[in-house]
Amino acid sequence: MDRNHLKRQVDLMKRSLFDQGYLDEQFIQLEELQDDDNPNFVEEIVTLFFNDSARLLQNIEQALVSVPIDFARLDNYMHQFKGSSSSIGAKRVKNECTRFKEYCTAGNAEGCFRTFVQVKQEHAILRTKLETYFQAYISFMCVFVLVIFALTYICLLFCLYLFSWQDKLDHLGLQEVKLDDYMDEGGSLIIDLYYKYDKAHMIE
Amino acid sequence: MERNVVVSRRRKTETTAAKIDGFDVLPADSEEAHVLAVDDSLVDRKVIERLLKISSFKVTAVDSGRRALQFLGLDEEKTSSVGFDGLKVDLIITDYCMPGMTGYELLKKIKESSNFREIPVVIMSSENILTRIDRCLEEGAEDFIVKPVKLADVKRLKDYMMREVRIESESNMNKRKSCCDLTESEPSISSSSSSSSSSSESPLRAPILSSSAPSSPTPLDSPIRRLKMTPTE
Repeated sequence: MDRNHLKRQVDLMKRSLFDQGYLDEQFIQLEELQDDDNPNFVEEIVTLFFNDSARLLQNIEQALVSVPIDFARLDNYMHQFKGSSSSIGAKRVKNECTRFKEYCTAGNAEGCFRTFVQVKQEHAILRTKLETYFQAYISFMCVFVLVIFALTYICLLFCLYLFSWQDKLDHLGLQEVKLDDYMDEGGSLIIDLYYKYDKAHMIE
Repeated sequence: MERNVVVSRRRKTETTAAKIDGFDVLPADSEEAHVLAVDDSLVDRKVIERLLKISSFKVTAVDSGRRALQFLGLDEEKTSSVGFDGLKVDLIITDYCMPGMTGYELLKKIKESSNFREIPVVIMSSENILTRIDRCLEEGAEDFIVKPVKLADVKRLKDYMMREVRIESESNMNKRKSCCDLTESEPSISSSSSSSSSSSESPLRAPILSSSAPSSPTPLDSPIRRLKMTPTE
């Protein structure tokens, strides 16, 4: 069934994101905060993160090309970025941030540059993967909801159908019984008649 | 003169003695506690807000220590004449690293104020630095949570607050009973020892039949006060 296929796809995607280390338990935590009132919480937070982090990445980039490099400021920006990443469970991004901070603390500009490239790369990869994941998830949810509706509707129809047939069946049943009675009666009637006829014959 | 016990959950007025005589203490979960969350990161703010809401807290989230103080009405530079809004804050949870005023500075300011020093303050930080934790706890922080914050952390806070309320309410009820019986009784429930060292040894050791006004809350008293004693004139 299409729904199962979609569900399997969604589960596989999620599993692979975890297995390959893109996400960690914090992401699961966020999923636990979803409920009927907030069914898209994770997607909202992730979208918020990517919008917010774009700004932070720009700040970092500017700070990196400024002369002389203000490492304290750089560290500050990266600290914020790292914090947000860890809040959504972006494991790989967070790890790259940690490496960046180490170079930053050491005042190693080149190390910072190199690591920053990695940071941006991981950030972009995660963005693409999560976009795909949420698209699949939403499709699955839509299909899921539709199927539930369809099943409910069919059940209702079936119940109504049964209900309307019930009367007819009852009727039929009664009739059948009646017929049986008639049959018996009829049968015995015939035998009676036969007897009478016979008797009549015999008498005569 | 009777000592009147007021449940001051979301009420600004703490002197409405008239209507609360014999008033039963509200169970902790019938009204939501109000938490003030302070964090400069938008993502973290949203997450902590959701964590708190899902744990049945009412939440106000602000983005800086300054805003938090303004909300409480403690900001010297911008004292609004209207005063802070009528919602009483039951817990403050703040990030440590913030531009401008850090969580530690905010903690200090709150503990320095006479009005708000009783409000428990919880610090969050992404860095698990022991000296930082010690410093915060020494300054009077109730708890220190390492980020990213999980549901279990918030639940722990909630249990802690509920326990404090229950203990206080039970000991208050005992007091009231003994008031009626005209016998003196000590609070039958000793205060929870699971709370941090800053909480009281025994929350309400004041003599029960005393008709005098209670003294101002001492540092030994439990920081989380859901019930306030109104001094009767």
